[in-house]
Amino acid sequence: MGRLKTVWHRLGSPRWFFEISGPWAIGATAIGLTGIVVGLAWGLAIAPPDYLQGNSFRIMYLHVPAAILSESCYILMGLAGAVLLIWRMKLADMVVAAAAPIGAVFCVVALLTGAIWGRPTWGTWWVWDARTTSMLVLLFLYFGVMALRQAVPREETAGRAAAILAVVGMVDIPIIKYSVDWWLTLHQTSTFKLTSAPSMPAEMYLPLLVSVLGFYAFFFGVLLFGVGNEVLVRERRTQWVNDLVRSRQP
Amino acid sequence: MSFASWHDFLYMGGHYPFVWSAYAIGVLGIVVTLLRPLRARRRFFAEQGQRLRRQTSLESGNAERVDASRSS
Amino acid sequence: MTAAALDRAPSIGRAFTAQLQRDLTIAFRSRSELINPLMFYVMGISMFPLGVGPGAERLSEIAPGVLWVLALLSTLLSLDALFRRDFDDGTLEQLVLNVDPLFVGVLAKVLAHWLVIGLPLTLLSPLAALMLFLPGAAVPTLVLTLLLGTPILSLLGAVGAALTVGLKRGGLLLTLIILPLYVPVLILGAGAVTAVIDGVDPSAQLAWLAVILALMLTLTPFAAALALRVGLE
Repeated sequence: MGRLKTVWHRLGSPRWFFEISGPWAIGATAIGLTGIVVGLAWGLAIAPPDYLQGNSFRIMYLHVPAAILSESCYILMGLAGAVLLIWRMKLADMVVAAAAPIGAVFCVVALLTGAIWGRPTWGTWWVWDARTTSMLVLLFLYFGVMALRQAVPREETAGRAAAILAVVGMVDIPIIKYSVDWWLTLHQTSTFKLTSAPSMPAEMYLPLLVSVLGFYAFFFGVLLFGVGNEVLVRERRTQWVNDLVRSRQP
Repeated sequence: MSFASWHDFLYMGGHYPFVWSAYAIGVLGIVVTLLRPLRARRRFFAEQGQRLRRQTSLESGNAERVDASRSS
Repeated sequence: MTAAALDRAPSIGRAFTAQLQRDLTIAFRSRSELINPLMFYVMGISMFPLGVGPGAERLSEIAPGVLWVLALLSTLLSLDALFRRDFDDGTLEQLVLNVDPLFVGVLAKVLAHWLVIGLPLTLLSPLAALMLFLPGAAVPTLVLTLLLGTPILSLLGAVGAALTVGLKRGGLLLTLIILPLYVPVLILGAGAVTAVIDGVDPSAQLAWLAVILALMLTLTPFAAALALRVGLE
């Protein structure tokens, strides 16, 4: 417990974070990429084709991790926003800033791959089902946070405003999901489920697990690096950053 | 291996446009997510390096002028 | 304010009513501006027959959604003004610096906004429903969903307006920020009306709307107050 408290206090210094995070970022990204490559290759080539969907189900190995991560990323962003607002930890602001574009990209990938997957499976490019609709709304939420951050001129104010919006969005996400589910039971004649059967044979499930874990590690690594960038930008007028810049000059 | 040959693999039982375009998008997303921060950091160091160089040359320029005005 | 009034110790109730009175007075000063959101509502509704065709069958099918979406848009368009006028003339800063808790003033402003925009919209909706051939049996439900929903729209909108106050082109950004948050209200509201048309009991949707309203009433004034403080620092 004491160890955790020390880390928490240390996190108050963006500089400490920057100096610590480098190797972690590289390591996590490397592990992540390995996991992704292994998982995708496994899912593409080795897993057996699905009885109903044929080979297009392999898109799942991309779509599901991207979808899971875009949601986890938003929750992380919302929690970081709460930390910023409650404890005024500057680093939390940098996490929000770094996480938003990553989550948004994953969200777009999830939507596009979902649409492509839908075409051979259900015959249409777009389907308003629970997952796709809430994913679309999630993209709008991401966009709002990024747009608000951009629009406010003062850095610190922009960070706090974006944090408020991220927290409000995070609280709203369960409400949105429930209402979208409702909306569907009201309107849909047939309900689509993207993971066809909850009991997937191990040969299909394992590469998915590897892929998801790989994506998580990759996300973590890239996020750490991105937060490091934000630290540099925010602290660009300090002595330690200037020294660092000078040391990197050709 | 669930495919008999490379050709079968690429053909994906007829679903090749879907599978491969989806994977292209996914890989693109991963690459973009990886490269954006790397490029941003490189750009940061380049821009800040320039700014610092300009600053020191301004300062040394001022120092020269101060010296010159002092000696005159 | 008279000297006697100033001598009285500040109380939340008085602060609330004072702010409410002030905002309502200002709103009613420019009668023409009051009508604008309502006109937009009616005009917007009229666009649909013009665009989709006058056939009653198709119009009545889309009526619940259209009536709700337009209520949403009308509220959105009027939100920017919620804090902007006070921001421009400095009264907003006064409000923030005041000794009374800020959420009280925010709540009063939101109530004023709803009384001036949301409530008239709700009362106007049967007329709009007529224009889109909404089945008569569904109209009471429509009014009820709007009655529950428009306050939620005003409350959530206040958070967005507070976040974008003082930004130069904040109006459009405001709509982008708020729309995703409006999705549940839209789904539940329009869904309840559609349910009635289909002969299904809408009480679940109505109950959820009430729950969300209660939740937002307790949370959003604080979020908006925080956002105002952040925006004005």
